[in-house]
Amino acid sequence: MPKVTFIGHNGAEHVVTVASGATGRDAAINNDIPGIDGDCGGVCACATCHVYVDPAWLDKTGRAVAGEMEAELLQFAEDFRETSRLACQITLTDDLDGLVLRIPAGQH
Amino acid sequence: MPVKEAIKVDVNKIPLDEIDVSNPYLFQNDTIGEYFKRLRKEDPVHYCAKGHSGAYWSVTKFNDIMRVDTDHKTFSSDSARGGIALDGPGARSESSSRSGAPDMGLTMFIAMDPPKHDEQRKVVSPIVAPHNLETLEPIIRERAAAILDSLPVGEEIDWVDKVSIELTTMTLATLFDFPWEERRKLTRWSDVVTSSPGNGVDSWEQWQRELTECAMYFKELWDQRVGGEQKHDLISILAGSPATSNMPFGEFLGNLLLLIVGGNDTTRNSITGGVLALNQNPKEYAKLMNDPGLITDMVPEIIRWQTPLSHMRRTAVRDAEVGGKKIREGDKVAMWYLSGNRDSEVIERADEFLIDRKNPRHHVSFGFGIHRCVGNRLAELQLRIIWEEIVTRFRKVEVVGEPVRSLSNLIHGFTRMPVILHAL
Repeated sequence: MPKVTFIGHNGAEHVVTVASGATGRDAAINNDIPGIDGDCGGVCACATCHVYVDPAWLDKTGRAVAGEMEAELLQFAEDFRETSRLACQITLTDDLDGLVLRIPAGQH
Repeated sequence: MPVKEAIKVDVNKIPLDEIDVSNPYLFQNDTIGEYFKRLRKEDPVHYCAKGHSGAYWSVTKFNDIMRVDTDHKTFSSDSARGGIALDGPGARSESSSRSGAPDMGLTMFIAMDPPKHDEQRKVVSPIVAPHNLETLEPIIRERAAAILDSLPVGEEIDWVDKVSIELTTMTLATLFDFPWEERRKLTRWSDVVTSSPGNGVDSWEQWQRELTECAMYFKELWDQRVGGEQKHDLISILAGSPATSNMPFGEFLGNLLLLIVGGNDTTRNSITGGVLALNQNPKEYAKLMNDPGLITDMVPEIIRWQTPLSHMRRTAVRDAEVGGKKIREGDKVAMWYLSGNRDSEVIERADEFLIDRKNPRHHVSFGFGIHRCVGNRLAELQLRIIWEEIVTRFRKVEVVGEPVRSLSNLIHGFTRMPVILHAL
């Protein structure tokens, strides 16, 4: 049951526990975390679940793979950074227990 | 066959291969829903060999639409192949009313594929970034309030002209920092782009003349702002960014027109459509007036319900299978958003307008994938503001006559809707 910490744009911290195998988007939506929308239902089609992976965790989660749909959508996200991922593409397994994700100022 | 009057046709009696959902009259007389319902059930990926829009495939279910929309490598938006509308300016169909349109070299990133699409979208996207929307909100609210305060109460007015058009034009003028007194030109030019002889203009010559006037007007604004102080309106942003400051004039105009069109009749028709939906569903209107906090969730439901763009079209660049059907290279494929938004296998109680439904943003009106509507949050912002300002002023916006729907298989909207405003 991995634990994930979401840090809002205003600094507010939300710590949630999810079933192993849930995605970052599931964790946010199921726990009413503000600032992550996930309009498409979590199928990598809208880029409104944009998050920044805490640099300490980037090796574990990996970056979005160039040429794939996630990276293609992320390039248009507002304030896209090296640590950007789409939360629906991060699967929360036990080795991501303690993951820290930061939420951008907005989704669109 | 054109169905010009609102005859009661039994859709189930038409042979499947004679069904032509590109017929604009079906949208104007609002019988189109029955056709899509049948296709979703019996032939969700349906081929029409010889319709109003020539030969084309219809994709009618939500998940199939998503599959096509997100597969831009197979399904191209490029204007050189025909662009993103069944009857668009680039369409090659002989039966299309747009054949004969002069080639003004208008190119817009909506009708491009990567890599060109990506470069241009990235430039425009910041205009609707969260911080920009925050700056825009109070200006839009102030101007929306002024529009609503100027309306007569208790007498019949045309909501489309006096409110929907007025509001959306106002937002566009704000976005472009367009000369305020001339802002109705934006509406006119937007309407011209999607018109054709007999439907908005008298001739292709007039179409070209008006769009050339538009081009010259924007060129002047561009020249005024290029090299000027860094401002935040769209023209300044385009003039100031290396990716776009040297773009060919046809491209500059095309992208501007995209933003005007994209932000114009779509938002306009959502504003009108929301009023109509609430009138047709009085329990929902009562819910709203009882709890204006529902506005935030009502807005995406309005956008789903209205589906301001009935379809977006793609062209297959290679053979592909969709929903068990074999689509061939070169085939035209229409994603019918209007149908996807009524797909009850994906959306619960899809045929009902419910302002407090769960996951109201789970709809296909903005599309999906790399072309997903770049202005979607701006559209929602406008709708939210207008409803917040309406509920504090009017007990009811009452529709008092039959609205007139647009004659189009692309723009799902209204040209007229008589209403009477009732004070609180």
